[in-house]
Amino acid sequence: MTGLRYVYAVCRPFGTPLQAQLTGVGGDPPRLLPHHDLVAVVSHVPEADFAEEPLRAHLEDLDWLTAVARAHQGVIDALTTVTTPLPLRLGTVFRDDSGVRTMIEAREESFRRTLDRLEGRVEWGVKVYVESGPEERAPAPPAPRPASGRDYLRQRRTASRAQDDLWRRAENFATRLHETLSECAEDSRIHAPQNPALSGASGRNVLNAAYLVPRTQSEEFVERVDRTKDGEPGIRVELTGPWAAYSFAGEETSGEEER
Amino acid sequence: MTVVERREIALVDLLDRLLAGGVVITGDITLRIADVDLVRIDLNALISSVNAQVPSPFEEVSR
Repeated sequence: MTGLRYVYAVCRPFGTPLQAQLTGVGGDPPRLLPHHDLVAVVSHVPEADFAEEPLRAHLEDLDWLTAVARAHQGVIDALTTVTTPLPLRLGTVFRDDSGVRTMIEAREESFRRTLDRLEGRVEWGVKVYVESGPEERAPAPPAPRPASGRDYLRQRRTASRAQDDLWRRAENFATRLHETLSECAEDSRIHAPQNPALSGASGRNVLNAAYLVPRTQSEEFVERVDRTKDGEPGIRVELTGPWAAYSFAGEETSGEEER
Repeated sequence: MTVVERREIALVDLLDRLLAGGVVITGDITLRIADVDLVRIDLNALISSVNAQVPSPFEEVSR
């Protein structure tokens, strides 16, 4: 049995071969499936895991999802070193090669347009966190023992005022940072803030943005982010990337993409 | 910066992109497993399953 086809990305044909030892989802090496002037990058995956029902069940298994996500990303990363891939959503599976070809045929105009728009661009992720307020930190600062109820309330009020102030500063900081970074990016997307339980990151995520930046301007972009990193106590900036342009893979033409 | 120099990517950053980004193919010829709603639902299930294991840092809200 030959299995189903897991599709990672669609690209323009590229001359450089992929690393020989590269393995994809399920340990299967990614293969190139050319059609017209486009190439789909696919792996053969077992029906027992990737047909609709088992896949649906697997997606709720964090270990399984992690392995597939890492393998998917490994292939996209490898593609990024030789071309500008248009990544597909994780878990895009077809019955056979001819299903993949039919899909390309149905969407080739849109693929070409998007590939042109993304050519030579990468995505950078920027997140802003507000560190936990002083009252949430342990051990508590050596505040003088409240001598009375009134003292106690005054201390509480000061602490909560400091926290409000931090939030206000963080909001202003994130707004300014987003404006500054948007100036040297071609496009941007704001993602939902990350759940701290899932990310394990300390502090609360107040900005989770993606920026589309030409490779040639990436250095300048990274420097811009670096320059903002110090100077704002209680606020942390994190940069990830360069990524393939995952957040910008949708078509711009449909009105709802603009929102 | 090359791929090799990079430290391992946090899973949550990866999922932000792989489950919320990328081209969504919804043609009849696919197995139709890649539509946005499904992914949202699964991500929620995932977050709640993680939450069940890791106590929330904001528990104190419910005094």
